[in-house]
Amino acid sequence: MKLTAWTYEGPPHVGAMRVATGMRGIHYVLHAPQGDTYADLLFTMIERRDHRPPVSWTTFQARDLGKDTAELFKTALADAHARFRPDALLVGASCTAELIQDDPGGLAATMGLPVPVIPLELPSYSRKENWGAAETFHALVRGLADRTRRPAPRAGRRPRVNLLGPTALGFRHRDDVTEVTRLLDALGVDVHVVAPLGATAADIAALGEADLDICLYPEIADTACRFLERTFGRPTVRTVPIGQLATSEFVREVAGHLGLDPAPALAAPHARLPWWSRSVDSTYLTGKRVFIFGDATHAMAIARVATEELGFEVVGLGCYNREFAREVRAAAARLGVEPLVTDDYLEVEERIAALQPELVLGTQMERMIAKRLRLPCAVISAPVHVQDFPARYSPVMGFEGANVLFDTLVHPLVMGLEEHLLTMFREDFEFSDAAGPSHLASGHAAQQAPAPAPAPAPADPVATAACAALVAAPVAAPIAAPARADGLLVWTADAERELRKIPFFVRGKARRNTEAYAAERGIAAITVETLYDAKSHFAR
Amino acid sequence: MNAPALAPVRPVLRERGQREVFCGLTGIVWLHRKIQDAFFLVVGSRTCAHLLQSAAGVMIFAEPRFATAIIEEKDLAGLADVHEELDGVVARLLARRPDIRLLFLVGSCPSEVIKLDLDKAASRLDQRLRAGGVRVLAYSGSGIETTFTEGEDACLAALVPELPEAGSGRSPRLLVAGSLPDIVEDQFARLFADLGIAADFLPPRRAGALPAIGPGTLVLLAQPFLGGTAAALEGRGAKLLEAPFPFGARGTEAWLGVAARAFGVDPQRFAEVVAAPRARAERALARHRPLLEGRRISFLPDSQLEIPLARFLAEECGMVPVEVGTPYLHQRFHGPDLARLPSGVRLAEGQDVERQLDRVRADRPDLTVCGLGLANPLEAEGLATKWSIELVFSPVHGFDQAGDLAELFARPLVRRARLAALAPEPAP
Repeated sequence: MKLTAWTYEGPPHVGAMRVATGMRGIHYVLHAPQGDTYADLLFTMIERRDHRPPVSWTTFQARDLGKDTAELFKTALADAHARFRPDALLVGASCTAELIQDDPGGLAATMGLPVPVIPLELPSYSRKENWGAAETFHALVRGLADRTRRPAPRAGRRPRVNLLGPTALGFRHRDDVTEVTRLLDALGVDVHVVAPLGATAADIAALGEADLDICLYPEIADTACRFLERTFGRPTVRTVPIGQLATSEFVREVAGHLGLDPAPALAAPHARLPWWSRSVDSTYLTGKRVFIFGDATHAMAIARVATEELGFEVVGLGCYNREFAREVRAAAARLGVEPLVTDDYLEVEERIAALQPELVLGTQMERMIAKRLRLPCAVISAPVHVQDFPARYSPVMGFEGANVLFDTLVHPLVMGLEEHLLTMFREDFEFSDAAGPSHLASGHAAQQAPAPAPAPAPADPVATAACAALVAAPVAAPIAAPARADGLLVWTADAERELRKIPFFVRGKARRNTEAYAAERGIAAITVETLYDAKSHFAR
Repeated sequence: MNAPALAPVRPVLRERGQREVFCGLTGIVWLHRKIQDAFFLVVGSRTCAHLLQSAAGVMIFAEPRFATAIIEEKDLAGLADVHEELDGVVARLLARRPDIRLLFLVGSCPSEVIKLDLDKAASRLDQRLRAGGVRVLAYSGSGIETTFTEGEDACLAALVPELPEAGSGRSPRLLVAGSLPDIVEDQFARLFADLGIAADFLPPRRAGALPAIGPGTLVLLAQPFLGGTAAALEGRGAKLLEAPFPFGARGTEAWLGVAARAFGVDPQRFAEVVAAPRARAERALARHRPLLEGRRISFLPDSQLEIPLARFLAEECGMVPVEVGTPYLHQRFHGPDLARLPSGVRLAEGQDVERQLDRVRADRPDLTVCGLGLANPLEAEGLATKWSIELVFSPVHGFDQAGDLAELFARPLVRRARLAALAPEPAP
């Protein structure tokens, strides 16, 4: 039994719903108690879908348990088939129905329905959402792919590939598919089938006609891709094109498999990340200490973007899906950091608090943690939130995805810089010291003045440069936060004034480090000298 | 008030099929805010945890006072272990949250199907923890036992045996049952004080402030979904007052009036006390009435608030209810509001969501009150909707919320009118 406040993943049948809802002409009949229908709102509200998920629920109650729940399931299945006329049916059970062991697959098999019925066995008490999505997609591909289909001869046509893994309710899947399709087009490659997102049963049947499979989201498509490799004897591209460098490698890998020239796709005049990152304006990003957590694929890809493309320093890396723990541990080892593989957000919070990063890149859960710890944060992975479905085009894959990532990862830090400008000019009558950082909703509202935050300062190049210098100055390395100074330590007025010149987002750490340094040495009064002695002591 | 003495017998469409409703666990989302030193520990599955997270939104930046003890594969292997595991989870939880005074173990579908006896677990833990100032109670919020707001009913019913016994010599007091936002509760408390009625509220804001109860207690329900709680209170000797629910100007006046008559408040005094707030409610309603008058509305079953709300909208806002669906129709609790509904309203109890949506499509009401899973799909079909869950989460009871309540129904209509230019071209 595991104590859980927030979860990174839903149960496995929600993963199956993501597959079914992404597809067209598929219907999923779920044996489940009343109330499990809450999952419909994930799709209609978070993703703003304009159709109900193609799911029928038996919604049994206690009074049904004494009677024949198996009959209830058969009625629901027959009704769903009659009403929706799907090309294929998925049948399965949620956690409670799993316990009553009605065997939806077996029941469906006795009914002689005129369409393929694919039974799903998703163990709810040991597996989770991503695994459920992967197993469902695998079951669909195994059940519906026509094993006799092969690609037509290459002469006189462009090569074609399958894009595998995007689902409903996926983190930026909608735009990733568009971006990767454009990228492949520049390479002279057509997309044969995208699945599950947008695919029909007929599309799945035709998977064998592609020249190559591309595993865009290993969490969902890896199992199915292994099946396709075995069945059709062709390779899978497994480089996930997130970031400038990985996108280039992806293009070369696809081009290599298909015997194409990668140059036209690599030209990408709209790829702005390299220059944006190399421009002097970005110097202050150097060595920013970031903590990264998410699903394994996004976390590892973002870790590479952070280090090799933005010049950050990754101080922590982890994922919540144990299925990919080995890969994440290897990536963490390469970065020389301790990996964190857990689905307990309290453990993640503890690690972030201990590491004191300057930026958190995580899920909506880490966004909450970062708000509490008053750290800048950007969301780079599912679980998703309504904000992760922007109206604008916003992929994270391909060259445009790299541009998006530059903005996503740098923007919270720029905001921090603006806040620092404001506090630098706090003596100015227009700026109120009590206003505090306006971009971080306060976790300590009581300490904040109710007055609205001041308007951002006009950009002053000299001040910005001075500020960047201060921010870029090495700040003490992380230490475990010492107990507060119980009045034994006193800051002199000069030292207190000096401390206030340090940007707010590292000031707390500077204070703690200085106090720890003073306490260790028995210094009772902290002077400006003590502050700088401590700074040099903790300097990297 | 011109309610007929005998309600006409109305036909009720009773359906069985897919029910698109929340389970009773959802009540935790508002109950944990109401009882400020209580913690709700669901003993269930990852699905339960995911539901609470989805219903509460991921927007809660504090550590919530609810959590799920997720049953795992190894717990299903042998029941003896489960109680030890649960004790371990509770110990960890209380170590982390020493501020908790009342712990609810909340049963779920899986805990009930495996017949995990949470009442027994609660009394065992209660004996152990009582000396340390923590009470432990159990109730079921499972979908197989409870529909959405019935979770609150089960929670409050579990509190009833814990209420102190009122001494026999105590003068009669009113007990208002059903969780209300604090601001609304305070308004009602002031009104009852002005009427000279001594009133208590259930649930209390703190676990240590349970109201006393006894034969001199008169109970007025603030919510229409508290059948189990009402029965438990009657079992303790309290007497239940039957009234329309306090929505809008007339509903609130009728509700207060039932209490005033039961306590022998002088009618003149009553008229004086309610005159000003009632006038405020009428003024606030008058602003929205032109937007709502004559508009047709259908309710899909959700919270059991449907019948009282339809009464309010028909009687006080001039709306025309087409179909009023409710998960359960309790003549005893819904009767006074039902009697004031216009004739010709189609009443439906239970649900077959597909058939009900067919009727909505055929009726094409101006506004459909439904759950979050159905709202956007209906909007995409050109039907205006109102999220029913907002009616449970928002302060809507009483005179001073009458305008807000009407506005909740007017807003989707106003919004559609404002955005008319964005509507898709009608199909040729």
